[in-house]
Order: sequence, then structure tokens, then C-alpha cells
Amino acid sequence: MLANLINGISLGSVYAIIALGYTMVYGIAKMLNFAHGDVIMVGGYIAFCSIAYLGWPPALAVLAAVVVCTMLGIVIERLAYKPLRNATSLAVLITAIGVSYFLQNAALLIWTSNTKVFPNIFANLPGLTLGDMQIAPVTLITVLANIVIMVALTLFTGKTKMGKAMRAVSEDKGAATLMGINVNRTISLTFAIGSGLAAIAGVLLCTAYPTLMPTTGAMPGIKAFTAAVFGGIGSIPGAMLGGILLGVIEIFGKAYISTQLSDAIVFSVLIIVLLVKPTGLLGRKVNEKV
Amino acid sequence: MDKLKNLKKSTKVSFLNYGLVVVFFIVVTALANTGHLTNSFKGQLIPIVSYIIMALALNLVVGISGELSLGHAGFMSVGAFSGVVVSMTTANSIADGGVRLLLSIVIGALLAGIVGVIIGIPVLRLNGDYLAIVTLAFGEIIKNVMNCLYVGVDGAGLHMSFKDAASMGMAADGKVLINGPMGATGVQKLSTFTGGIILLLLVLVVIQNLVNSRTGRAIMAIRDNRIAAEASGVPVTKHKLIAFVTSAAMAGAAGALYALNYSTIAPKKFDFNTSILILVFVVLGGIGNMTGSIIAAALLTILPEMLRKFADYRMLIYAIVLIVVMLTTNNEKIRAFLRGLGKKNKDTEVKEGAANE
Repeated sequence: MLANLINGISLGSVYAIIALGYTMVYGIAKMLNFAHGDVIMVGGYIAFCSIAYLGWPPALAVLAAVVVCTMLGIVIERLAYKPLRNATSLAVLITAIGVSYFLQNAALLIWTSNTKVFPNIFANLPGLTLGDMQIAPVTLITVLANIVIMVALTLFTGKTKMGKAMRAVSEDKGAATLMGINVNRTISLTFAIGSGLAAIAGVLLCTAYPTLMPTTGAMPGIKAFTAAVFGGIGSIPGAMLGGILLGVIEIFGKAYISTQLSDAIVFSVLIIVLLVKPTGLLGRKVNEKV
Repeated sequence: MDKLKNLKKSTKVSFLNYGLVVVFFIVVTALANTGHLTNSFKGQLIPIVSYIIMALALNLVVGISGELSLGHAGFMSVGAFSGVVVSMTTANSIADGGVRLLLSIVIGALLAGIVGVIIGIPVLRLNGDYLAIVTLAFGEIIKNVMNCLYVGVDGAGLHMSFKDAASMGMAADGKVLINGPMGATGVQKLSTFTGGIILLLLVLVVIQNLVNSRTGRAIMAIRDNRIAAEASGVPVTKHKLIAFVTSAAMAGAAGALYALNYSTIAPKKFDFNTSILILVFVVLGGIGNMTGSIIAAALLTILPEMLRKFADYRMLIYAIVLIVVMLTTNNEKIRAFLRGLGKKNKDTEVKEGAANE
């Protein structure tokens, strides 16, 4: 029971970190960035290559993954999304899907479809023993990373100038421009942060579930996206809460109801929540104007 | 001749679409009979027709009703597997393949329609992106449930289980029809290209008559401004549901047609990627434009085949083509240039410009 709860929180923390990327990008650019899941996969591969081929220490590998993914996020935004700033949301959605296909197939060409086994980078760190239960170091670090990221992001958006600019742009682009905020740079920054977080999530995900394929990011991507909606898309604490709840529900569903139907259970809970509270758990209700 | 000119624009477009399908059928049949078609292309014919029907069905929801659905492959899946079960259980009682195909498609459409009602009632209360994510969730649920669905038949009738093949409790002579994640195997290939084209024409008739009817106008009014439509006394949920369920039933029919073209069919064929693929057809063809959906679905199904000589790079090229097409069709300058090509409005523009001076 407790072991399941901890596993659930650990998986949920990964979802939460990915969901933060979705939620920030959605909040500011009002777009569903379907390529986000594939950035996770790229992050996983970069870390894998740095460790397995270049023999770098894990900390450096994580840093490399974050740097590469941040750059990737900025490049994707510049090339594919920026020209569509004024297009319909569906056009942007399809472009995001195109980017997602591109990343998956590029990864397929570079790293082939063979499954890579991700090394346990936290192997020599001590775990935690509670009574007769062992908590793996990766679980501790995932939960810890999640808390640190959450606090840092809340402080960043609440206290710093760039963070305030971000919130302003997400509320009203036109008014933000009039206030002298560089909207394009702010959106780029959001993509950079989201993609950097995706890299961290990728490393944590691959350490906990050590198989790496070009399609590794797809399912966690979709789940994290549901987590973001679950918690109320656009809200940072919402993404956090949604992610952790989703992880816990998934693990409990697997343990007590049915292993095969766990995805169906997760999505059913999402649907029920949305029907009761159509804007997600912590989402703000926007009144419609006539 | 005068009669032709006096036709309404919508009627002209409708006939253009029927003509397009008939011409496609004649050209392909002629090419096939003279031996100009490669085998790989022949194998693509029924999938092309199924995908065209899927694109038309989804366009009814996305383009006409204005709701984004990311789970349409789920309905295709329901139609596909119910169609397979019907075709396999009637194998001994009905001799004629065409009749069994028809029966499978009808039952497939019916069941997908019922699932459409069940999903549509809660889903259509939501708006925008939330509606999209719930359809995505339902698509995943259907895939997941299909993945653990076991159906078998013996002397006593149909048996079902969500655990494994053994727990269905069939008699010794029982036959497993759907085997969980393995899907259905040993399916008789009943689908024919002609049958597919007839179904496609039927779907076109239904969609175009629906769109140009009073109901269709109500659906479009809701799309354009829900609050205004509601205030004018248009029942919103009812009309959204009509479009959604019609679309689901058509997707089910397309699924049955698609499944009966293969000897084995697994539930993972109808996943999120398939839903997205069909959405790509709709968006590239032009949202709300049925002619565009037909052309885009046909071209984009053939495109990976044509790119076969690039082997490993083909899906990469496909992705780049997709991005470039989206970027160019949404580019303001290119749009203005294209508008300039259709010079019909030029004279009026000049006059207006002169008046402004």
C-alpha cells in the first residue's frame, strides 16, 4: 500500500515535470505542443550517449541533455511555431504533430529502433529504508527534483521581471507589447524552460524505466498532457497536482484493479473530473462574453 | 446548359465530389485492368477508400460542427472489430461475400454509432481544448479496452471476456474470434474496391445532404457562434450530437471496410497516431472542405508508398512535407499572392481603391 503510494508519487512527479512544460507553453502561446513528449525522448538519448559513449559523469550528462533540449526547444519554436503566431490553433496543432513525427523519425535514423538500456545513474547513491521497505534513490531524487522545480518556477513567475513578463503575455499579448515587453523573446524563454524541464524528466523517466526507444516519449507525453488538463491547464500548481494524482491513480489501478486496463482507468478518472469540473482541478473559470 | 448554370453553388460542389469519386474509380479500374497498377498500390486501394471515409467523417465534426476530436480511431476500432465478429460468425450461414460485407459494415456502423452516443452526451457539454482532450481520452480507453477484449464463438453463441481466452468458458469446439492484443486472425478478406467506392458515395450523399439541410445550417450556426445560436432557439446539444454520432457511425463503417481487407487486424492499429493521421488529412485538405478531404486523404495515403525508394528517410520526408505545407499555406504573403492569382476580385478592388482616393 505505502510502497504503491510512493511509486505512484514518483511516477507522478515525472508526469508533473513534463506537465509543467505543457502547461507553461499552453498558458503563454495557447497551443498544444504535441512535440513536447519527443523532446523528453531526445533528452533521454543525449544523456544516454554522454554516459555510454563519451563516458561523462552523470551530472554532466544531465546538464548536456538540458542544454541540448533547451536549444532544441528554442529552434523548434523559431522555425515551426513562430511563423504561425497568427494562424488558427488547428494549424499550429498539426505543425506540432509534424515536428513530433520529425523528431521521432530523426531519432530512428540516428539511434535506430533498437532498444537502449539506460544506465542507473543513481546506483551509488544511498536509498532510504523505512522499516522493512526500501525506497530507491531514483524515487527520492525524482520527488525532490519535482519539489525544487515547482518552488523555483513559482518564485520565478511570481518574483522576477522575466516571470512577470511571462504572466503578462499569457494574459494579454497586445497589452503586454504596449507595456514594452518583448513578446517573442518571452515566448522563446517559455519554450526554453519547458524543454529544459522535459530533458530532466527524460533522464528521470529513463532511470526509473530503463528502456529507451524513439517512441519512448509519446505515451508519457500524452499522459502528462492529460495531467496538465486534469489539474487545470495553464496553472503551475495544477500541473503539479494533476501529475502526482495521475501517477498515483495509475499505479493503484495497476496494483488493485487490472494491469492491462490501467490506462483506461487513468483516462476514465480524467473524464469524470472534467465533467464535474470542466476547467480541471485548479483551473480558473473564464466567463464567456457575448 | 442553362439549368446547369442555375444550380446552387452547394449543389455544384456536391456533384463535383461525386464526379471526383467516380472518376477516381474509373481511372483506377481502367489502370488495374490494363495491368498498370503495381501490387503494392493495389493493396493500398481499400485503405485509401477507408481513410477518405474517415477524413469525411472527421471533417463533419471538425469542420462543420467545429469540435476538435482526437479520438476518431476509437470509433474505427469499434466498427472494425464488430465487423470482423459479424463476418466470422456468419461465415457458415451466409454464403455470399458481398452480403456479409454489407452486414458487417452496417453492424459496425451501428455499434460505433451507439458508442458515439454514449461518448457524445458527456463530451459535448465541454468546450474547445477540454473537449479535444476528452475525445483523446476516450480514444485511448477504447484502444485499451479492445486490447483486453476476448470474443469467441461456439455452439451456444458468442462469448466475451476481459481477462483471457480461457476464461470465456467456451465449449471444446469453440473458436476464438478476437484474441486480446493479438486482435483478430484468419479474417476472410471480404472488402472489395467497388464495395468501398459505393460506401464512399453513400457517405458523401449523407454528409452533403446533412450539411445543406436545415439541421446542417443549425450545426454550422452553433459552430460560428454558440451563444447566438442558443439565443435564437437552436438546441445546441441535440445538433452537436447529430453531427458527432453520424460521424462516429461513418467511422465505424470505414473501420469495418478497413478491417475486412486484412487477414489479421490488431487493436493497436487504431491508436492515437491513427486519429492524428486522419486529422492531418482534414486540416491539410481544408477544414470544412469535403473535396479537400478526399484529395488529401488519397494523396497522403499514397505519399509514403511513393517515397518508398527513399527507404529509411520516407517518414522523415513526410514530416518535413507536413511542416512545410502548414507553414506555406498559413503564410500571409503566400496567401495574398494566391488571392492575387484568382483575379476575379481585382476589378472591384481597383474601383474601391479609386473611390478611396
